[in-house]
Amino acid sequence: MQLSAIKSGLRYVIEAIDCRDPAVQRLMMLGLVQGTEVELGGSALGGDPLEVRVFGNAISLRREQARCFTVAPVASGG
Amino acid sequence: MVADSARIPVQSISVRRQPAARVAVLGNPNSGKSTLFNRLTGLRQKTGNYPGVTVERHVGRFDHAGESLELIDLPGMFALSAHSLEERVAADIALGRIENEAAPDAILAVVDATHLYQSLALVQQLMELGKPVLLALTMTDAADRAGTLIDIERLSERLGGVPICPVVATTGQGLNRLRDALVDLPGQAPPAAPDVWPELGDAANRLAAELDGTFNRIEIERALIDVDSMFALDVAERLGADGNAKLAAAREAVFGDVPPLAAEAQRRYDWARDVLRDVTQSQPMLASWTNGLARLVNQPWAGTALLFAVMAVVFQAVFAWATPLMDFIDGTTGSLVEATNAWLGDGAFASFVADGIIAGVGSVIIFLPQILILFLFIIVLEDSGFLARSAYLMDRAMRSVGLSGTSIIPMISSFACAVPGIMATRVIPNRRDRIATILAAPFMTCSARLPVYALLISAFVPATKVGVMNLQGLVLFGLYLAGIVGGLATALLLKKTALRGPKPSFALLIPEFRRPNLQTVGLQLLSRARVFLRRAGTVIFAVAVIVWALGYFPRSETIRTNLARDIAAAEQTLAGAALEAEVATLSNVAAARQLEQSYLGRAGKSVQPLFAPLGWDWRVSAAVIASFPAREVVVAVLGTTFALGAEADEDTLSTRLANATHSDGRTLFTLPMVAGLLLFYAFCLQCAATVATIRRETNSWRWPIIAWVYMTAVGYLSALAVYQLGS
Repeated sequence: MQLSAIKSGLRYVIEAIDCRDPAVQRLMMLGLVQGTEVELGGSALGGDPLEVRVFGNAISLRREQARCFTVAPVASGG
Repeated sequence: MVADSARIPVQSISVRRQPAARVAVLGNPNSGKSTLFNRLTGLRQKTGNYPGVTVERHVGRFDHAGESLELIDLPGMFALSAHSLEERVAADIALGRIENEAAPDAILAVVDATHLYQSLALVQQLMELGKPVLLALTMTDAADRAGTLIDIERLSERLGGVPICPVVATTGQGLNRLRDALVDLPGQAPPAAPDVWPELGDAANRLAAELDGTFNRIEIERALIDVDSMFALDVAERLGADGNAKLAAAREAVFGDVPPLAAEAQRRYDWARDVLRDVTQSQPMLASWTNGLARLVNQPWAGTALLFAVMAVVFQAVFAWATPLMDFIDGTTGSLVEATNAWLGDGAFASFVADGIIAGVGSVIIFLPQILILFLFIIVLEDSGFLARSAYLMDRAMRSVGLSGTSIIPMISSFACAVPGIMATRVIPNRRDRIATILAAPFMTCSARLPVYALLISAFVPATKVGVMNLQGLVLFGLYLAGIVGGLATALLLKKTALRGPKPSFALLIPEFRRPNLQTVGLQLLSRARVFLRRAGTVIFAVAVIVWALGYFPRSETIRTNLARDIAAAEQTLAGAALEAEVATLSNVAAARQLEQSYLGRAGKSVQPLFAPLGWDWRVSAAVIASFPAREVVVAVLGTTFALGAEADEDTLSTRLANATHSDGRTLFTLPMVAGLLLFYAFCLQCAATVATIRRETNSWRWPIIAWVYMTAVGYLSALAVYQLGS
């Protein structure tokens, strides 16, 4: 599934990234890389941009870029 | 020369020692870097500019235990691969790429304990520079509260033995240990950097040797990774065809078809994640951020509503809270003028002191309380992390005018002053978006517009209630709205025409809410007050004096002798109170005639035809022209020109304006004229400081000239339309 479709309360791990878009590369420089766990922090009005949490830190990104990240849910509890 | 050096005070010679070691203070944005820098250097700082770039250079002296170091505070960054102008400067300085500026001797890495993940990736990269590194771990109190326990010894081990000092910059806890370690830093051996990517290092080392040491390993790595950077282009130019072929081959071998930036981020964060798991004992991080306020603001509606509510409170407070202080300053100014007149009597000097200096400067100083309240709010919003969050909340709205949420921060700052607002555009990665934002920012209602608005609104808008709102407040709100609409329309226009480009991207690390640091807020507020008072004491003072002189000279003998003759005639026929009233009227008429034939009167009359279609008389025209260097000057000039020749019972500027008439007796300040004048001030670029800042930030005269002509035209045409349609 794509990062743009994640639900709050669950934890996901980034499995693959389509990193041709420079904006996606910038997000990787902020820590959204393969193998990193993320969860949904919230969203602005209209659901765009999203706020995802990486190790507790908020990173804001648009849906358009979020679609370049493939994620899978991880077992909760951690 | 000998005479010159003989005049240098002895103390300053004895202080001059061999050049102090230079330590760069580096870290992520919002890592508490500047707070720490302020703590370490106190007030021994100076701000300048780097040659060729516009980013401010903050250098401070750090004295401890008889030693002295030079600390350089650099803009926040995430990696040596720059994304914005600010990041480029930070990277260039760290790498010693700036002309006439040697690379720093050592690095103080500021690491936010609550943002360890991003910080580690940067620190690892900084360690590769081969300089001694000291790590200051900030926000340890916040990390504790969030339940994150950091094993500092283990962290130091993973970082090749780098010394780590935990500090709480707000309370000063741990600062002394940091000071001790900092003094020792320049003499330390550079730590062994964790090797996160041996293949890249090997390839770079090989290439560096093959290219006969023209570039070192780090430079080769940067050239390999930052493919499109200025530095990589520069390297490509200096290498021959052969060298470039080798570079391209190495790039292909190391990265394959993965974009180098993505590959680099992946490597460094893989390592950072591993270290993070190793050194943090508990891992409640993912859920730990959910405190009450943050959770509320993360609701889309609640967050957006809160943003607007806060802005509404700010503008309300600017008026409500400032009134008592303003009344006090107004009263003081009035009694000073009276006392001066009583003391110095009549004549040029008394008029100069009372009407020129006290009335002129006083009419501007009165707005200090409002301006400080406005700045207080903006500084608190910024320091608490609220401004960064507003970027995320407003991204979608800003997209509709062709910009991204990143542009909202400069625009909100511009409500205080466009100069810091324009400087805040340095974080915008794309040059076109940055210029569009720079040209939109001066439309935001800045604190210098407040005096103009406040004067005209209090004089001409009745304080009646409209529902729960005050009519005066509503008019002011409308003017703020006019500025916002003007700015956004300008951005849209530019992005559709001259600055058309790819859709701006948006990727932002949002800092957590935190209680603003009183010391930081206080220091910033103090510096804003100083800037305002210095302006009032220099530019505005000078303009007030010049305007007074132009309005006072030349004195007409004819008018004076006529006045003496008329008074003598009145004394023949009248007596007592009637005589006094007649004398006062005659004096005022004479003063008004003197003003009209003064240099100011003549100048005002010569430009007046240009402004007649807006309903302005020569006095208003002259005041507007005089206020092009700094718009708040108009209040001082109106204060001066309407003080000369005023009726005795008109003790405030507002009543004088309300009673002012054209030469044919028509009321001067009619509703359409006032509305037009307000709009003129809402749109016109009357601020030399802003023009100079645009020049500096865009590195050309093109954009400041375009901005000035465009905004002046918009202001004039709006005033024209309102006056002509309204009358």
